[in-house]
Amino acid sequence: MLRYLLNKIALLIPTLVGITICAFAFVRLLPGDPILAMAGEHGVAPARYEELKQQFGFDLPIWEQYARYVGEVATGDFGVSISSKRPVIEEFKTLFPATLELSFFAMVFAMMLGIPAGIFAAVKRGSWFDQSLMGTALVGYSMPIFWWGLLLIIFFSGYLGWTPVNGRIDLQYFFKPITGFMTIDTLIYGKWAAFRSVLRHLVLPTIVLGTIPLAVIARQTRSAMLEVLSEDYVRTARAKGLSSARVIGVHALRNALIPVVTTIGLQVSTLLAGAILTETIFSWPGIGRWMVESISKRDYVVVQSGLLLIALIVMAVNLIVDVLYAVINPRIRAA
Amino acid sequence: MSQTEIAPMAAGNPDRLTGLKTFWHYFSVNRGAVIGLFVFILLVLAALFAPLLAPYAPDVQDKTAFLRPPAWQDGGSAQYLLGTDPVGRDILSRLLYGARFSLLIGAVVVTLALTGGITLGLLAGYFRGWVDVAIMRVMDLILAFPSLLLALVLVTILGPGLFNAMLAIALVLQPHFARLVRAAVMAEKSREYVVAAKVAGAGHLRLMLATILPNCLAPLIVQGTLSFSNAILEAAALGFLGLGAQPPTPEWGTMLATAREFILRAWWVVTFPGLAILITVLAINLVGDGLRDALDPKLRRS
Repeated sequence: MLRYLLNKIALLIPTLVGITICAFAFVRLLPGDPILAMAGEHGVAPARYEELKQQFGFDLPIWEQYARYVGEVATGDFGVSISSKRPVIEEFKTLFPATLELSFFAMVFAMMLGIPAGIFAAVKRGSWFDQSLMGTALVGYSMPIFWWGLLLIIFFSGYLGWTPVNGRIDLQYFFKPITGFMTIDTLIYGKWAAFRSVLRHLVLPTIVLGTIPLAVIARQTRSAMLEVLSEDYVRTARAKGLSSARVIGVHALRNALIPVVTTIGLQVSTLLAGAILTETIFSWPGIGRWMVESISKRDYVVVQSGLLLIALIVMAVNLIVDVLYAVINPRIRAA
Repeated sequence: MSQTEIAPMAAGNPDRLTGLKTFWHYFSVNRGAVIGLFVFILLVLAALFAPLLAPYAPDVQDKTAFLRPPAWQDGGSAQYLLGTDPVGRDILSRLLYGARFSLLIGAVVVTLALTGGITLGLLAGYFRGWVDVAIMRVMDLILAFPSLLLALVLVTILGPGLFNAMLAIALVLQPHFARLVRAAVMAEKSREYVVAAKVAGAGHLRLMLATILPNCLAPLIVQGTLSFSNAILEAAALGFLGLGAQPPTPEWGTMLATAREFILRAWWVVTFPGLAILITVLAINLVGDGLRDALDPKLRRS
């Protein structure tokens, strides 16, 4: 197992180097002078320009610049945001929990609906439920989620007036974040009204972000389940006279879930891409909106480091999924 | 050795005809796929004949009719069937013209991604060794970033606009093709027919393009269809974020972006462009499912 893990980590090293090269190259590939680009519309005085050039090391040979960049990143120095003048890593730390909380709820939503629906569709294969579920799943899979979010706002916020339109919590509630996860923080403080406000803010973004994973998981669960249900050991279990629930719930499901876990892992990248759109629509203060706003504000230090940090997250999650996969499926470890 | 007569593959070969027939047989079993294909053909026709079908030019503004609701709602009129946008342009006309952009985006992106992916995948799978390692590491790298984020960053470098958005999306989607081709080439390479062609003196290029590639087509066609719909979605998302096609281009995502601030006042401005995206993407995905069932028994979704 340890060898498997080390092997996986070794394979990630080229990707890791590649990611830093991409982030490094980003600022240098921007059209025009990187310092002027980073300075934004205001421009800089010539003296300040020289100062900045030295500060960023643009006067050094390119490989020295890269070595310097990697050195900075490795020590946790991700630069200072041009627009807010705060260290990028600080901004990331305050915004990332918002994205994580939203993604967590979206994933739970997708799994809690998608897995049972997929199982049921497989068991009742060909029934009207199966057909309409697969139809709905394809619609969900084809959904432009930014439009889906706007539709939900029109209906639930505009027409029914049930849910708030943006943000994580009503402005009247204010408290110092402890974990950064508002659902947990409000409970720690014991503020029930605030907790309810947080949940009401979470509902629509969760549905929007969870829609595509839900469709993918439902489809994947169904086909994995169908495959497993035709296996010999399932027939044997049935022949032994086990109840249908036990055959499906224990013998079939445990094996069907192996490919589903992989699918769920692969959804992390989709989830982060979806977060960019979802957070923009709902003004959710997470890293997705942060990236979009930084691009429009031309805060390229933030974009550069955000790109790097997000890629690192995706990489780490993929590693965890690989390991998890090996834990539940011993056949992989041996290979 | 006796000379063996090899029948040339002439056009009108009965085998090919039955091949098409079998294909249509499997494809048409899937009702959804046929509906999808039908809708897709309608969309192509709408795009081709937009100037004839659309009641107005996409950029004509009627200063007397801002945010006019659709015909069936109070205040609407048959003059503007699907209503007008905040500057008095006919939404139906803009949607019809928008079909041109979406289909163009899909076609260009898939062509670019296919060309790049096939080339890289063939090289990697055929030559293996360091060529393979170098190419596939770069593909892994591209896949390490969430696709929309990478596309956003690329457009930031290239500058916003429809063409740059297409380039960025093609680059982001391309690794899927490269991986597919590489895997297929590796599987086919050691087959007897390839060895036979090699013994017969076929060069690298001939082996790659004429011998191996045609046998990897089925999964590529399926992936191509899925990428077509993906490209439309991503381009619309970029347009929505203000980095794709720029207003006043009647691209559906861009239309949504400009309509956003009116969502609580005029539902139709937001609803119709999104519905157009959904219908198009859904139709193409339905066709994709049908193609998979018909072309690749191994991939067949039971």
